Amino acid sequence: MSKLDSKIPEGPLADKWTKHKNDINLVNPANKRLIDVIIVGTGLAGGSAAATLAELGYNVKAFCFQDSPRRAHSIAAQGGINAAKNYQGDGDSTYRLFYDTVKGGDYRSREANVYRLAEVSTNIIDQCVAQGVPFAREYGGLLDNRSFGGVLVSRTFYAKGQTGQQLLLGAYAAMNRQIGRGKIKMYTRHEMLDVVIVDGKARGIIARNLVTGEIERHSAHAVVLGTGGYGNAFYLSTYAMGSNVTAAWKAHKRGAFFANPCYTQIHPTCIPVSGNHQSKLTLMSESLRNDGRIWVPKHKKDVEAIRNGSLKPTDLAEEDRDYYLERRYPAFGNLVPRDVASRAAKERCDAGYGVNQTGEAVYLDFASAIERYGKEQAFVKGLNVEDKAVITKLGKEVVENKYGNLFQMYEKIVDQNPYETPMMIYPAVHYTMGGLWVDYNLMTNVPGLYAIGEANFSDHGANRLGASALMQGLADGYFVLPYTIGDYLADDIRTGPIPTDSKEFDDAEQKVKGDIDKLINNEGTKSVDHFHKRLGKIMWNKCGMARNEKDLKEAIQEIAELRVEFYKDVFVPGTENEYNEELAKAGRVADFLELGELFAKDALEREESAGGHFRDEFQTETGEAMRRKEFQYVSAWEYKGQPSEAVHHKEILEYENIEVKERSYK
Amino acid sequence: MMNLTLKIWRQKDANDKGKIVDYPISNISPDMSFLEMLDVLNQELIEKGEQPVAFDHDCREGICGTCSLYINGRAHGPETKITACQLHMRSFKDGDTIYIEPWRAKAFPVIKDLIVDRTSFDRIQQAGGFISVNTSGNTQDANAIPIEKENADKAFDAATCIGCGACVASCKNSSAMLFVSAKVSQFALLPQGQVEATDRVLNMVKQMDDEGFGNCTNTGACEVECPKGISLENIARMNREYLVASFKG
Repeated sequence: MSKLDSKIPEGPLADKWTKHKNDINLVNPANKRLIDVIIVGTGLAGGSAAATLAELGYNVKAFCFQDSPRRAHSIAAQGGINAAKNYQGDGDSTYRLFYDTVKGGDYRSREANVYRLAEVSTNIIDQCVAQGVPFAREYGGLLDNRSFGGVLVSRTFYAKGQTGQQLLLGAYAAMNRQIGRGKIKMYTRHEMLDVVIVDGKARGIIARNLVTGEIERHSAHAVVLGTGGYGNAFYLSTYAMGSNVTAAWKAHKRGAFFANPCYTQIHPTCIPVSGNHQSKLTLMSESLRNDGRIWVPKHKKDVEAIRNGSLKPTDLAEEDRDYYLERRYPAFGNLVPRDVASRAAKERCDAGYGVNQTGEAVYLDFASAIERYGKEQAFVKGLNVEDKAVITKLGKEVVENKYGNLFQMYEKIVDQNPYETPMMIYPAVHYTMGGLWVDYNLMTNVPGLYAIGEANFSDHGANRLGASALMQGLADGYFVLPYTIGDYLADDIRTGPIPTDSKEFDDAEQKVKGDIDKLINNEGTKSVDHFHKRLGKIMWNKCGMARNEKDLKEAIQEIAELRVEFYKDVFVPGTENEYNEELAKAGRVADFLELGELFAKDALEREESAGGHFRDEFQTETGEAMRRKEFQYVSAWEYKGQPSEAVHHKEILEYENIEVKERSYK
Repeated sequence: MMNLTLKIWRQKDANDKGKIVDYPISNISPDMSFLEMLDVLNQELIEKGEQPVAFDHDCREGICGTCSLYINGRAHGPETKITACQLHMRSFKDGDTIYIEPWRAKAFPVIKDLIVDRTSFDRIQQAGGFISVNTSGNTQDANAIPIEKENADKAFDAATCIGCGACVASCKNSSAMLFVSAKVSQFALLPQGQVEATDRVLNMVKQMDDEGFGNCTNTGACEVECPKGISLENIARMNREYLVASFKG
């Protein structure tokens, strides 16, 4: 018998959430004052959860490693947030958003969770507008929408290329209101280093004050992790430098199952790597694929000429270009989902058609959009629609209005003007669909320990659609967790404050201090980054966009060896009683070195291709991902001391409302 | 490839006096970002067993507002409308000497080296930088109130402030007026913000003064150095809001 109970409510799909909300226990307002909740991470999920729980009356303690909750990496999300509002009248509905998300996730997500997500999506937009989030509007004053990959409707709400920033500042403002009222106690520049389990329940955390180095004990009746994804295991990614897996990994080591670690999103449109000094990669929003066309030259001789600088891409004739997404996927064209677009770019570059010096770049071209918009504007303004100069000027203005900040970012990094010459892009690690296993209530298998947002595994299956991360983060934090956590906390109204002088807190603190001592006193010779970069190379080369049995077996071996070398030879300068970024990084990399191995192990076990997980051995004749019915389950791993000893549990996925078919975007 | 001399502010902690220390650095590619150049320096220092230079950074794509370097006497360095993490070494030339210091302001005390404490900004936001609406899911439909596109766009422009503090660091009086006015303006331009307009501006300005930020003397250095191009118009708008609120309040 499996240990995993997903606790999906009975009844028809569309009624499950409403019925569940009616059935679960509530905590009365006076009793909420007696209950403490710890929230780790203050991005869209953690921030919105902290604000809402405090508003309900719980005593919230919120923690972030940044100097302010406003700087969580949700801030960097660019393109938008999905909601089934159907403001465009183009046939959108809750069911369609649900369907697109399950299909987009390659039939590897839980139906009931995804339906609930689609259902609450519309509340999010109402809520954010009420909070003063300045979404883009049309001239009539109503909200504007655009399209994202893998869908045939316009349901994405946006604020230029800074949607994540505006939504996060909305959640941050909601938090500030509660901090001002004393209902949230905010701990910035604090890092969670362990979760404390008392009598089988999560009852607190051990945190390190990153300024003073002090190790602190914090207790609560429940602990919520909204700590994001683990893409920085790859070293180079679009994540922030500080993004890490430590909180989730410590929870895993205390018993929480880690689900589907191999499901990683490699985003197709990022600025290519320019050299060994590179510290991070920068995303160019998927929204650009509304107007940008992706291509490489048709002929190798033109590729050569472009690489050696004798041919400019703008001079290459239309018939000598291969718009390979439009060619392979006529129905969705440039707006195929991310996993499909990334693999197609890799296929062209592997075949020798990459357009930069490293051979790892394709073009994202706005020339046709500039011309199309320019003609429209010239017509509206009564100007000559044949005048090339007028059209180009007007077209550029429209494109600037839509994507100005992204074009500016590109120009600053690459030193080329994307209004004049096509952007060069290549896939990069961007998001992790895997994460802590949670049930329908967003609780891990450890009672009282919750995981929300990117930190859990629940809604995106094997591939996330664009503009759905913001939706999930805010859905979990504003509209799901505040209900479901009450059901659990209803049993705690008479418990009273959780003491921090128990043996469990002593043990956890000793463990944390021991780990820190080991790192700081290690007489090694190599920096933390040295090991992180090597881990990243193994991950990218052997667990990246395409995987196979041989590579994965090698990766498992190499990561295990690298971990041994890390503990033998890492050098961490300074002391533990001060601001010490190297020490913080060392702890995070130590955890990535364990997670990385489990990641490869999970990828090896999954003998199929699904979404972001592509196994060379399992593909169709045309090179598309080949799913296998016998792998229609969630893999949830139980910690047993070493990643190699992790025990595999399965949650079988049932599809009662959607027919599981071949996922086609042709 | 470039060879440079870095003159960097080193300060062990808040109580230390601090001083400028010289570091020669070589083989710097013009394609590196400024922070990647500092990464190279730090790796060299670590390999020599020395303490790396502490500096704040996170997203490295110009949006989180964490990085806060005063480079050659300018917030975020010699280019305009970018943060230090978006600055690339192609803006410098071989043989250059580069001064790197933390933000200097009474309300931003130094934590270590180039890192300062900006929690005063958070406390100003806590005093009124929000609209009091509960997250019930029962608010009215988002399209119930049409908002004139021009005002929505201006509110958005004000809301793009990343809270980095370059405005304070660039101001000879260490005034936070541009930062505070961006938030006040965002809500002043939207119908949702009207209900609490009076308290918001009075409370936020009071907190700003309590934190020890200086007065605004309309020099405009803040606008020039703001990586997001937040306009001085916002200060004018906040002054009007404040005047109206003072009569009411």
